[in-house]
Amino acid sequence: MGILEKIDMETLLKNLKEKFPRYILDLREGDTTTLTVKREGFLEIMQFLKGEGFNHLIDLCGVDYLNYKLEAKPERFEVVYHLYSISRKELLRVKVPIPEKDCWQYSLTSLWKTANWFERECYDMFGIVFKGHPDLRRILMPEDWEGFPLRKDYPLQLEEEREWKVYRELKTKARGAR
Amino acid sequence: MSSSLIEVRPKRVNSDQYEEPFYLNLGPQHPSTHGVLRLVLELDGETIVGCDPRIGYLHRGVEKLAENLNYNQTIVLSDRLDYIASAANNTVFCLAFEKLFGLKVPRRARLLRTIVNEMARISSHLLWLATHALDIGAMTVFLYCFRERERLLNIFEEICGARLTHSYVRVGGVRQDFTQEAIESLKKFTEEFPQLILEYETLIDVNRIWLERTKGIAVVSAEEAINLGLTGPVLRGSGVPYDVRKFRPYDAYDEVEFEVPVGERGDVYDRYRVRMMEMRQSNRIIKQCLEKLPETEGEPIIAEDAPDLLIPERMREPEPKPHPKKGFIFTGREVFPVPPGEAFASIESPKGELAVYVVSDGTNKPWRLRIRTPSFVHISAIPSLAKGHLIADLIAIIGTLDVVLGDCDR
Repeated sequence: MGILEKIDMETLLKNLKEKFPRYILDLREGDTTTLTVKREGFLEIMQFLKGEGFNHLIDLCGVDYLNYKLEAKPERFEVVYHLYSISRKELLRVKVPIPEKDCWQYSLTSLWKTANWFERECYDMFGIVFKGHPDLRRILMPEDWEGFPLRKDYPLQLEEEREWKVYRELKTKARGAR
Repeated sequence: MSSSLIEVRPKRVNSDQYEEPFYLNLGPQHPSTHGVLRLVLELDGETIVGCDPRIGYLHRGVEKLAENLNYNQTIVLSDRLDYIASAANNTVFCLAFEKLFGLKVPRRARLLRTIVNEMARISSHLLWLATHALDIGAMTVFLYCFRERERLLNIFEEICGARLTHSYVRVGGVRQDFTQEAIESLKKFTEEFPQLILEYETLIDVNRIWLERTKGIAVVSAEEAINLGLTGPVLRGSGVPYDVRKFRPYDAYDEVEFEVPVGERGDVYDRYRVRMMEMRQSNRIIKQCLEKLPETEGEPIIAEDAPDLLIPERMREPEPKPHPKKGFIFTGREVFPVPPGEAFASIESPKGELAVYVVSDGTNKPWRLRIRTPSFVHISAIPSLAKGHLIADLIAIIGTLDVVLGDCDR
């Protein structure tokens, strides 16, 4: 921070486009500037953005676009990053489409330590594997849970046969006690 | 979360500090973990070598539930995230939805929201001070803090009928106007509160146990703090003046004056100082908002085009079509009740930066509602902060991060 040469957002985005023309799929102004990039060039682009002052990774989350009616999405999943630059006070959203068949994404843990748990949560909820993550385990759900709860084809309430094993055992025990 | 007890992992290969790893399970029912936080500690004597937080004991699937409720109904879920400062959670949900719907909130509602947000900040910081001091060994301050917190909760009750889970902030405005009684008692509170903060400080600042146990503990440099994702008072304790209220003003924060206190060394003591200064600033903000309230007397408190509590699943709009024989016929055309798109909103909650990212597909239910909570990120930083400290200091570290497990597990 501080010594960075401050160039405005427009020039930055132009530079980005010139530098990585192959990787940038889309750039649009919605409620914030939204950048859609290819998975292949993702790490390079993030490294570039971090060097340009986007030092605060606010959020990392997955979105499942299964049967999304509004617009045709190229791939089923998307990982959405929200970056903020404290020195230039700019917010930037980066989206990376992830195909269902080949469900993985590069891990950001080498750049941000805070990405560690976000990625674990994203894996826990969507089943997106993060390559290069040091410790990819489930975080909110039990370790022996089956399925990925935030996927759109996962029901809100499971049928009795598919319930978590531990919970089923508990229920039978409670019935026996009664 | 893990259903088994402590899993003993094989001994580390390049560890020459100790012969046998010693594992200790702290929590989930430990009183100083402020909820159901479980930490699996790897110890060398009393020094922490490794720490693995296990969370998820309070996971209620708020994000999944929200996908099956309509926009207004999700606000009730938001109360249950950080139940100590639920007004802040309500606000961030509403801000995201307003951005999505393109609503403009009337000025009076923005002022009222700012007031409840700052009240939530004071009551959250008071609870933090009480429990943190109790954990570390400064017992006296506990009841002093709860005395003032009780007053604030009573004012909340007067405003909206609830003490903890308010649901006071609504999409497009607030639920109801302040009563004169609430304004009077709030005015009285803001006048008396600065002296009361001094009272707490005299109890703590000369307490040698407190000073010994907070100074130089869990030092985080500014860069490290940003890298770890720390926000709020924890980040400001390390000297970074990042405050969402200043950087991306929402509600009425652009029309009030306040300072952002920062620390120097980034230890537990500095974060305590930052929070104490913040309470004074919050008090100042409430005072300014109360002064501005009479200017907006009689204004609406909710935007005119705010959606009803029950957003209909589909809407039909009559559309004239030329009839082959006689003039026109009117047929229905389906319209989306909610504009499609996505929105991101973040606020400075008492714990840190609280953000919501919502994706809409035009129906009355959010397609995806992502909540970024400060407690989740702060707990993820515990291993880096605790390394090399004693177990007793771990209690100070959990306290200084000000985590709420309902906020963390969602």
